[in-house]
Amino acid sequence: MRLVTAIIKPFKLDDVKAAIEAHGVAGVTVSEVQGFGRQKGHTEVYRGAEYTVDLVPKLKVEVLVDDLDADKVLEALVDAARTGSIGDGKVWTTAVDDVVRVRTGERGPDAL
Amino acid sequence: MPAIDTGATAWVLASAALVLLMTPGLAFFYGGMVRGKNVLGMLMQNFAAIAIVSIVWVVVSYSLAFGGGSDIVGNLHFAGLQHMSQAVPGYVGAGAQVIPPMAFVVFQLMFAVITPALITGSTADRWKFGAFVPFVVLWSILVYGPVAHWVFSPEGWLFKRGALDFAGGTVVHVNAGAAGLAMALVLGRRRGWPKEQMRPHNVPFVLLGAGLLWFGWFGFNAGSALGANNLAAYAFVNTNTATAAALLGWITVEKLKYGKSTTLGAASGAVAGLVAITPCAGFVSPLGSIAVGVLAGGICPLAIGLKTRFGFDDSLDVVGVHLFGGVVGSLCVGLFATIDTNSAGKDGLFYGGGLGLLGEQALAVVSVMGYSFVVTFVIGKVISLVIRSRLTAEEEIIGMDVAMHGESAYELGAAGGTGGGTQSLPAVRPPVPTTGVGT
Repeated sequence: MRLVTAIIKPFKLDDVKAAIEAHGVAGVTVSEVQGFGRQKGHTEVYRGAEYTVDLVPKLKVEVLVDDLDADKVLEALVDAARTGSIGDGKVWTTAVDDVVRVRTGERGPDAL
Repeated sequence: MPAIDTGATAWVLASAALVLLMTPGLAFFYGGMVRGKNVLGMLMQNFAAIAIVSIVWVVVSYSLAFGGGSDIVGNLHFAGLQHMSQAVPGYVGAGAQVIPPMAFVVFQLMFAVITPALITGSTADRWKFGAFVPFVVLWSILVYGPVAHWVFSPEGWLFKRGALDFAGGTVVHVNAGAAGLAMALVLGRRRGWPKEQMRPHNVPFVLLGAGLLWFGWFGFNAGSALGANNLAAYAFVNTNTATAAALLGWITVEKLKYGKSTTLGAASGAVAGLVAITPCAGFVSPLGSIAVGVLAGGICPLAIGLKTRFGFDDSLDVVGVHLFGGVVGSLCVGLFATIDTNSAGKDGLFYGGGLGLLGEQALAVVSVMGYSFVVTFVIGKVISLVIRSRLTAEEEIIGMDVAMHGESAYELGAAGGTGGGTQSLPAVRPPVPTTGVGT
């Protein structure tokens, strides 16, 4: 099994959800995160004082998938998240040793 | 005493309630500008000021402000609100009050409340609540009482010289602005200022507060006519007009200087206009009030840069908005006053009145500023000798809300975390059953 993790632009969430649902993925976890990459932050001015906001708000999308589906889901996710401009984010996968469904105790691919 | 006018009494009592609302409004105006960990500390100082001054006013400071007996400070004849069947000293002839003295007491109380509350903007995030409370008691007695006597009471020396202050440009705003500067110096800078970023945590609160101030200010200025009459209507229109002009002035300066007009600038401009029109409201024409508003809206956004140039941490710009706004407004009386608006007033420089009135206005400004700054500084220092006035470094980092009051303004996430942060997984996983339970 693999964990696909994507950092995406917040407004792309609906497209990304639709894309991975189309590949039969049953569940997804989304968190609001902040960070920086090549995309610069921005400055805000309050009563003449400048504030630099260098951490940009993003969404982190995490999906557990079977080894066989990992590439497909990753590609679909990347396509859905892309706008072509700087700050589109990153997607990576990691190997997962074990998964347990809390309600039933099922383990491994059955728990996906 | 002259006959009581029921319409005037109703308007002044309603105005007192309007002015009361300004202090919670101010609390939100300031509360939105501080960091989220200090918002309750700010709200609490303002809310508590209502309670503290309400008691001190009844016991002693009303009598110091409006009692007779001296040019410098009132006597204690009205202490504890005794002798309320007697007219307020000095209001005689054409200036005789047509409202019960008790209505005047409560209307003026609300001015005495908001003035020390204004100071909390310059001292944001670091003034210990336990030191703030005795400060407000002493300040109401030693600063507000005498200064209100000088300018508002017909028995006061600046009033007798002919200085005009319709609703408190000197008594409230120059006074609070100078006191705010003094307390910012007594307490010192916030930790990390000006290097660390201290963004306003809730700009909508700032606009909510500014809106409440604007609303309440109609009581402040139009109520100061002490009657439901033509003068009150003039003051009402002038107040609104100058505020509008200052709002537009401030956001224009921002647009030219920084490229964008901001909501915080609009709120600040409105308040600067309200401050500046306060002394003028019952003396200038509506066109004059536009000039007053434009001057305040143009000068105040530039004046707020002084704190960074001179290195004093007037955190929420009490000096830039209230001191400068109060000075601009008080001097504008000397320029734009016209007896067409108020036959009991005078003509200013631009209406053929010469430089005399402007000179008296300048004297009033300088006297109030100097007295307020010096006495406030001394009060602040003396309290600091007896008890600690400032939060400790640790308390300042934790924030006023938890450190002073044991509360948090906001529930940030189910884990009680910092909001948006990631929670790490427990190091040891709970044992997992090997057989399925349930379906």
